[in-house]
Amino acid sequence: MSTQKYAVTFETRIDRRFAKLKAEGRGGLVTFITAGDPDANTSLAILKGLPAAGADVIEIGMPFSDPMADGPSIQASSQRALKAGMTLKKTLDQVREFRVGNDDTPIVLMGYYNPIYIYGVDKFLTDAKAAGVDGLIVVDLPPEEEGELCIPALAAGINFIYLTAPTTDDARLEVVLAKASGFVYYVSITGTTGTAKAAINDIEAAVKRIRAHTDLPVAVGFGITSADFAEAVARVSDAAVVGSALVNVIRDHVDANGKARPELVDKALGFVRELANGVGRSKA
Amino acid sequence: MSKPETPKPNTLRNGPDERGHFGIYGGQFVAETLMPLIHEVAAAFEVASNDPEFAREKHYYLTQYVGRPSPLYFAERLTRALGGAKVYLKREDLNHTGAHKINNCIGQILLAKRMGKTRIIAETGAGQHGVATATVCALFDLPCTIYMGAKDIERQAPNVFRMKMLGAEVRPVTIGSKSLKDAMNEAMRDWVANVADTYYLIGTAAGMHPFPKMVRDFQVVIGEETRAQCIEAEGRIPDTLVACIGGGSNAIGLFHPFLDDADVRIVAVEAAGKGIESGEHAASLSAGSPGVLHGNRTYLLQDADGQIQEAHSISAGLDYPGIGPEHAWLHDIGRVEYVSITDAEALDAFTLLTKLEGIIPALESAHALAHVKKLAPQLPKDNILVMNLSGRGDKDLNTVAAHIGVEMGVSL
Repeated sequence: MSTQKYAVTFETRIDRRFAKLKAEGRGGLVTFITAGDPDANTSLAILKGLPAAGADVIEIGMPFSDPMADGPSIQASSQRALKAGMTLKKTLDQVREFRVGNDDTPIVLMGYYNPIYIYGVDKFLTDAKAAGVDGLIVVDLPPEEEGELCIPALAAGINFIYLTAPTTDDARLEVVLAKASGFVYYVSITGTTGTAKAAINDIEAAVKRIRAHTDLPVAVGFGITSADFAEAVARVSDAAVVGSALVNVIRDHVDANGKARPELVDKALGFVRELANGVGRSKA
Repeated sequence: MSKPETPKPNTLRNGPDERGHFGIYGGQFVAETLMPLIHEVAAAFEVASNDPEFAREKHYYLTQYVGRPSPLYFAERLTRALGGAKVYLKREDLNHTGAHKINNCIGQILLAKRMGKTRIIAETGAGQHGVATATVCALFDLPCTIYMGAKDIERQAPNVFRMKMLGAEVRPVTIGSKSLKDAMNEAMRDWVANVADTYYLIGTAAGMHPFPKMVRDFQVVIGEETRAQCIEAEGRIPDTLVACIGGGSNAIGLFHPFLDDADVRIVAVEAAGKGIESGEHAASLSAGSPGVLHGNRTYLLQDADGQIQEAHSISAGLDYPGIGPEHAWLHDIGRVEYVSITDAEALDAFTLLTKLEGIIPALESAHALAHVKKLAPQLPKDNILVMNLSGRGDKDLNTVAAHIGVEMGVSL
């Protein structure tokens, strides 16, 4: 761990997508769902529909038994997926199947380190790259542990996306951003996913502070639940990330046995369209 | 990358390195929101460790409030019954609150006060750490929230009531395995949401750096006293040490001062639950593999996809699918033997000590005792064996009664 910059020599779909958003003069929409929630077919159907519904970047959650940084919504989503038999290997299968019909929407896998560690870091990076993964967000790998996955991912041509938080001061930002690529994910609250909402003025100030340290795009997440708030966030940053609120739509259309109701995919994509309309209004 | 610490030759006692590694184990696998605070805790602990005033204050509470030193008791009837090694019991059960947990709580609460923290959270399994935390929070007038699995709340009712009497809020954890692992997840989530004012008083020598080192340093008083007491009683240090191990704090506390004494045989006892082969156990070293959970790399019970599995033990304090990183390292280098004991064997030992010595041990400590029961008869009569009697068993009477089919007349 140091402030020594890593010279990133590759370009991913993430870089191209944010360049496009910049050219269009608008903020982006990043959506999160968990792979296999509530089952593999349903989550794949949602994934395939996301670009047309207006998602600019897709985050796919790799389910984990102990999601320590997540609030109740994403915890439950992870548990639904695991119960339905989702694994890291099957998560990569979802990416591969998504790529059959889409070669330009960036895919970022988000989760915790242990399933990757057990899969084997080198094998995971090879398989993820081949499947069409562009970036990784691994919540429990701070710069202190950059040797575990961040440096190998960069060597494999995959962006390792760092989180910064309200508690990350200027000195530490230099450390966090030294190996950052793709975009910077600003965690707008001190808390778990989907449990509170930050004031837009605070978000604006935080994004300005991060931009003083980097030219990378800044996406803001944790606690963005409505199209209006997504619009406000997209105005002051480069993208708004919506996770828990979308996952809750999935939860609301699962029956008592944990099975997807027929309308689930349409409802989830309908919500994404609403969010995309909001974010679209952010156009300068 | 900062420069690695220069290792002192011929010692197993200088770990971890400055980033919290014991060999490949340990580390700081923590969400960014918490990372600055973790560094703050580590820095405050380093300053306190070198401050004679901190040592004086800690010593004052350990002697005047906890009642240290705890006796090193020669269990004569037990020794005769087993017919081999001379068995001594390190009586951590006689500490205020009834277990070794208070040693660590005194140290950490003094640190939290120094750091200006105004709210304390903790996880608990058997409730011993929860009680010890609630106790020091009462003593230092700090609000306290304890996370406890719903399953453990049920089987450790007396300790839940004690915590509440002491003024703590006990928050039941109803997700996942509803035991210690999930209580720790919830405590971490609370901490992330309340970083500014809250101190997470971790109860065992596990989790992210600096906790494994800090908790160990606050527990080594057990081994240091044992060393001095054994020399006083026998004119030499022990030949054999035995302790139970969940996260591993009572064990590392006893073992650490003896790690460099190559002739001392050291044995740690994991919980085998219904038997290792049954799959329902908590023996992460005997039956697990290395992985990353709760801030550190260590041995974990997990499936082929890296999902953490539920642990099973009659003893709530051992019911955890991981283990402290220093133990993982000591296991790999072979300095400490790790064995396991089933629920049934622990229950037998519980009864044995109660009847022979008039001491009701915690079910956790009964695991260590069950192994002593196997080991002592194989050892010569001049072999000095010290077992850490880490806690008392009053909290377990409901569980034991249920297992031996006795209906308790009084509802606790």
